[in-house]
Amino acid sequence: MPSLKDLKNRIGSVKSTRKITKAMQMVAAAKLRRAQDAAEAARPYADKMADVVNGLAASVAGSEGAPRLLAGTGSEQTHLLVVMTAERGLCGGFNSSIVKIARYRAEKLLKEGKTVKILTVGKKGREQLKRDLSAHLVGHIDLSEVKRVGYENAADISKKVFEMFDAGEFDVATIFYNRFESVISQIPTPRQIIPAVVPEDAATDALYDYEPSEEAILEDLLPRSVTTQIFTALLENGASEQGARMSAMDNATRNAGDMIDRLTIQYNRSRQAAITKELIEIISGAEAL
Amino acid sequence: MADMMQFDLVSPERKLASGQVRAVQIPAADGDMTAMADHAATITTLRPGILIAEGAEGETRYVVTGGFAEISPQGTSVLAERAYPANAEGRSALDAILAEMRAKAATLAGPEKDTLDKAANDLARAIDSIA
Repeated sequence: MPSLKDLKNRIGSVKSTRKITKAMQMVAAAKLRRAQDAAEAARPYADKMADVVNGLAASVAGSEGAPRLLAGTGSEQTHLLVVMTAERGLCGGFNSSIVKIARYRAEKLLKEGKTVKILTVGKKGREQLKRDLSAHLVGHIDLSEVKRVGYENAADISKKVFEMFDAGEFDVATIFYNRFESVISQIPTPRQIIPAVVPEDAATDALYDYEPSEEAILEDLLPRSVTTQIFTALLENGASEQGARMSAMDNATRNAGDMIDRLTIQYNRSRQAAITKELIEIISGAEAL
Repeated sequence: MADMMQFDLVSPERKLASGQVRAVQIPAADGDMTAMADHAATITTLRPGILIAEGAEGETRYVVTGGFAEISPQGTSVLAERAYPANAEGRSALDAILAEMRAKAATLAGPEKDTLDKAANDLARAIDSIA
């Protein structure tokens, strides 16, 4: 049975924890709105880019001179997994859900005898993957100094990916991130970025004139499209992280409240018990006289 | 109005303009071109330069640093790498980009340097024409 003083301290500490989680929840809510706006603002560009690239790719795919970013290297032996997580924790299952699907994929590929390389973005994913897949980690991109994710950050990541691709270090690249559905639902999503995936029905009816030439435009567009996909993933991840943190902190605040209630009842009971005990001692003392 | 068309100018981070215009002058890689309604479907890359949208309320000018444009008979979409309105505010941002490009060009050599130098010169010309 804890003493009254212990209980009082305990209640005090849970109360301050509740204050912190409440504050974190509110900060996350404010950041979430900003992150959602950013994701929203980037959507028209990404959609348009996807349309144009798909249309172009559908007409070039299969031809002899298709760029490597579209046609691939002709092999599927080495896979690069770009695992994008957050720099901070305390956001529920956000980081682990991404790591989980990435790890599942890595294990599946390894079982098939493929080579797996992992590039991590965000500290948390690296920490978790280091435990059992440390031999496969090939690089890390640190975004902890970045306050607001910009296109340059995506460009940095894609630059690294292209360098590796040009050096022939992998054949297929997939990014892993959390797609933002709503505050309570974020869906861990893998998305293949190299070689580009072209939907079956992408061929457009419109016949375009290309300036300078179809190949030159595709050459220019494909890297941009990869960067845009990475940028979209970063933004979705940002919104998801704040959403996940918001609901995690909301739960934590509620749990702290429940705990305070329970502890307060326990505290009051013990206090009452102590008073009753003292009274009994006094009364029985008086009777004995 | 039959001779108006949809015009969208988007950069990766935001949508800068969207609306009905009469004509758009685009700094295409092979030279300036003007798109109007019912233009043949064209996709072209951009060089750094001034983009002019002629709307019902007059001209709006933007500086783009590259990207590409998709022109269809119904409208024009410009997907710029980076785009700023051609005014004093945009200018300071563009000056910074120009300085960055020049600094990067100095570290390169060969054809890469030439391409970047050319882009920097195009951008410098565009910036000059704002003032």
